[in-house]
Amino acid sequence: MTTASALEMVLAAVVLGLAVWTIAARDTFAAVAGFIAYGLLLALVWVRLAAVDVALTEAAISGGLGGVLLLGAAARLRSSETLASAERPGGVLRLEVALLSAAVAAAIAAAVLFLPDPVPTLAPAAAANAGATSLGNPVTNVLMAFRAMDTLLEKVVLLLALVGVWSLAPDRFWGGRPGLLHYADPQGVLAFLARLLPPVGIVFGIYILWVSADHPGGAFQGGTVLAAMWLLAMMAGLADAPPVSRRWLRLLLIAGPVVFLIVGLAGLWLWDAFLAYPAGHAKPLILAIEFAMVLTIAVTLGLLLAGAPERSAEP
Amino acid sequence: MSVALDIVTITAVSAGAFFFLAGTVGLLRFPDALTRLHALTKADNLGLGLVVLGLLPRADSLRDGLKLICIWLLVLLAGATVSQLIARVALASEAAPGTRQRPDSPAPTARHDGPQPP
Repeated sequence: MTTASALEMVLAAVVLGLAVWTIAARDTFAAVAGFIAYGLLLALVWVRLAAVDVALTEAAISGGLGGVLLLGAAARLRSSETLASAERPGGVLRLEVALLSAAVAAAIAAAVLFLPDPVPTLAPAAAANAGATSLGNPVTNVLMAFRAMDTLLEKVVLLLALVGVWSLAPDRFWGGRPGLLHYADPQGVLAFLARLLPPVGIVFGIYILWVSADHPGGAFQGGTVLAAMWLLAMMAGLADAPPVSRRWLRLLLIAGPVVFLIVGLAGLWLWDAFLAYPAGHAKPLILAIEFAMVLTIAVTLGLLLAGAPERSAEP
Repeated sequence: MSVALDIVTITAVSAGAFFFLAGTVGLLRFPDALTRLHALTKADNLGLGLVVLGLLPRADSLRDGLKLICIWLLVLLAGATVSQLIARVALASEAAPGTRQRPDSPAPTARHDGPQPP
C-alpha cells in the first residue's frame, strides 16, 4: 500500500466519521461546525480525485456559503432550541424516517455499485471537441458551451432562491434593508480586516474567474469570494446592506441571466441553435457571459446571506 | 545541491507537522478557550509557516513560491483576526456568565439609567 492510498483511506474514513457525527450531534451549533469541516474535507477528496474545479466549488459552497447560512440559522434557532428538543417525535415516526433514509441510502448505493463497466461517459466527446471554443479548461467548456443550458437554468434557480428568502420579509419592511444592522468597533480587529482584505479578495475573485478559461476556476467560485468580501465589509459595519428595492441592485441581480439569454437568443437567430456560439468568436462571448454572471452571483450570494429585509430603507 | 534542498524540505515540513500535532493536542487538552486559542495559533503560524518554508525549494517558479508565501500570509491574517474575535467573546462570556451575546448584535435600544427593573 502506497502512502497516497493510505492517505486516501484515512481521508475517506474521517469524512464518513464526520458525516455520522454531524447527524448524531444533539447541539445544532456542533452539527453545523461538523458540517463545515465535512465540506472542507470533501473538497480534499475532490482534489484527490483530480477534480479541482469541483473541489473549489465544494469548499466555496459547502464549507463557506452553506456553512455561514447554517450558522445564521443556528443562531436564530438558539432561543427556541431547548423547547424544540423537549418535544421528541413519536417512535413510529422516527422508525419511518429511519427506514425511509435507509431506503434512499440503499438506492444510491445500488445505483453506484451496479454501474455498467466501463461507466458510460461523455468525457471523450467533450475532449474531442475541446478545440471548438479555444478554451483550455474542459470543465469550463462543458459548463459554458456544451451544457450551457444547465448553467443558465442554475443561475435562474439561484435568483428564485433569493426571491424565496425575500418573501419572508414582513410587509412593512418590504423593499427595505436585509438583515440586522451590524455594529463593530470602527477601530477594532474586524474593521481592520474588512479594510485590509477586500482589495486582495477582489483581485483574487476576478483572478479565479479569469484563469477559468484555461485552469480550474470559474464564475461561481470567483463570485463566492467577491460575495465574501462584501459580507465582511457589511459585518464590520463599514458598508450597510442596500435596500432590496434599489434599481441598480435589481439590475445587477438579473445581469448574468439576461446577458446569457441575449447571447442564447442571438445564437437562435443568427446561428440556428439556442446558445450556439459563432465559430472563432466563442471565447469573447463566453467571457462576456461569465463577467456578467460573476457580478450577479456575487450580489445574489451576498444578499442570500444577508437575509430577508428586516429594516426600513431609511438608515 | 538537490540533497541539501531535500534536507531543508524534510526538516521544515516535519517541524511544521510537529507544530500542527502539538497545536491539536493543545486544542484537545488545554483547560479554557484562551489557552486553546494559543495552541491553535501555533499550528497556524509556525506549523503552516514551516510547511510553506519546506515547500519553497520545490516550487517550479518564483511565481509559485510567491503564491505559497501569500497563502501563509493570508492564513496568518485570518487566523490572528479570528482568534482575537473568539478571545473577546470568551472574555465577555467569562465576565458575565450565562449571557452569550453575539459580538456584532445590535446594542439594546432601551437604556435603563434609573433603577433596574426587578
